[in-house]
Amino acid sequence: MSSTTREGRPRASSRVAQLLRSRTTQGFLFTAPLLVLFGAFVIYPMAFGVWYALDVDSYRALFSDPTFRQTVTNTLWYVGFAVNVKLFLALLLSGILDFPFRWIRILAALFLIPWAVPALPGILSFRWMLNSQWGIFNHLLTKLGLESVPWLARHDTALGAVMVFHIWKYLPFWTIILLAGRRAIPSELYEATAIDGASAFQNFVYVTFPLLRNLYLICTLLSMVFTLGDFTVPWLMTGGAPGDSTHVLATLAYRYTFQMGRLEWGLATFAVALPVTLGFIGLLLRWVKI
Amino acid sequence: MNKPRRRTQRGLRLGLSAVAIVILVWTFFPVYYMLLLSFTPTEDLFQPGFYVEHPTVRNYIYTMGQDNPFVRYFWHQIGNSLVVALWSMVLVGAIASLGSFAMARMQFRFRRFVSGLTLFTYVIPSSFLAIPFFKMMGDYDLIDTKLSLILAMVTFASPYALWVLSDYARSLPPEIEEAGAIDGAGTIATFIHLYLPLVRPPLIAIGTYAFLYAWNEYLYALLLLTGEPRVTLPVAMSNFLTTDNAPWNLLMAVSTVYAIPPVVLYYCFKRYLVSGLVSGAVSGT
Repeated sequence: MSSTTREGRPRASSRVAQLLRSRTTQGFLFTAPLLVLFGAFVIYPMAFGVWYALDVDSYRALFSDPTFRQTVTNTLWYVGFAVNVKLFLALLLSGILDFPFRWIRILAALFLIPWAVPALPGILSFRWMLNSQWGIFNHLLTKLGLESVPWLARHDTALGAVMVFHIWKYLPFWTIILLAGRRAIPSELYEATAIDGASAFQNFVYVTFPLLRNLYLICTLLSMVFTLGDFTVPWLMTGGAPGDSTHVLATLAYRYTFQMGRLEWGLATFAVALPVTLGFIGLLLRWVKI
Repeated sequence: MNKPRRRTQRGLRLGLSAVAIVILVWTFFPVYYMLLLSFTPTEDLFQPGFYVEHPTVRNYIYTMGQDNPFVRYFWHQIGNSLVVALWSMVLVGAIASLGSFAMARMQFRFRRFVSGLTLFTYVIPSSFLAIPFFKMMGDYDLIDTKLSLILAMVTFASPYALWVLSDYARSLPPEIEEAGAIDGAGTIATFIHLYLPLVRPPLIAIGTYAFLYAWNEYLYALLLLTGEPRVTLPVAMSNFLTTDNAPWNLLMAVSTVYAIPPVVLYYCFKRYLVSGLVSGAVSGT
């Protein structure tokens, strides 16, 4: 409606003025800063990376490197296992934090702490607790008369530490999202099942989960993509140690590029994960609207 | 008749309390341990325990007074973190409010394209772009400048900001544009005088989000900044780790100082942050 009044106004409408008033030009001008940023710092680097990654030799080098194969396995554990454990726990916990008691609400607020604390301090704390000589865990083990464990100097426990930290840090975030999803379910549905005498478990299976399923899938996909590119947690927790056995894609690419000077290997490492990432993004684009 | 129900109620409370204790220990122990170490004198550092026998604030005094080779540039570094975070906050706020006005209040031809590109930037892990970004900044001679880090942070924090802001703006009544048109205000005047005051709540949320995003960033800061006085605090802290005899109690004091601003911001703006996050995520279903 407003556009008719404006266009109906008598004015010497030169071509420039008309162009400036057109919705498309205005939309373009208002989103121009965003488009410039994305073009310069997302599309261009992406194209650059893919251009370099077209070199077949780097893939031959990668796949013959045992560290790379180990890294792919580690990344699959990290993304496939840790993320799903985390989201399943988040689903359970969101149910607990949904109980309508006052102290539960306080608990839910306190539970956000790991999410609020930046990753680095938390990792440092974990690292000192896991220290093989002075850490609290080995102190307890030896007190109980058990053998101490060199947590970060063994492949399986070091990778486990990375995964446990990931769950500690990001569980609150996804729990809050799923909690909001639960609260968006109309309470009439539960009132209806209460009349039918449904148990808590039946409520979950027949009401809660069907309505949360979409959100749960989106959260899983998003979390998987985010974790696929995680650098901070594995790098600061283990730095790839012991013996480059706990790298994930991002830390290995960093090692190739900045410690070995093989830029093309670093880019190829990411390029290997790109088809999966683009597939995930395609799925998300179909489900999520902006 | 009431009895069994009361009994299940009690069982429920008992079960919940047990779970609550597990959650609290799991949540707080690492944080408690960080605080504990930060108050531990160096003599006691190698005697693990659950409490500090001789608590001291010496680590904090050393940090504040830059009185140890490891914290020689502490104020520089925290200042760098602050400058990058504040600029990211301002720029993300400006860019996202402009963008959201177009995305939520205008029908223009390539809206779908912008929203697709935004979602793509939000989802693609920023580390995937780190190496080309580093190379690009090298070509433009911007390595070791705060500008390069700010550009990266603004790029990666903008999509989510745009998302939250557009979502909110879409819920505003259509009278804004009509009121603007009656007053004869152009699009820019409508944006500044009518739109911006109305989107203040989500603007606070995304400002906080952008600040925290930049404050917490590690990878890009590690790549783009070098030299002790010029790096941000997390990079400086991770540099501690490269030596064998790192003073862990001092490191934990720095960690605590570094963690305070985000924790305070989270709890002050939790309402905005959580509702913003949630509307973004839940509206997708």
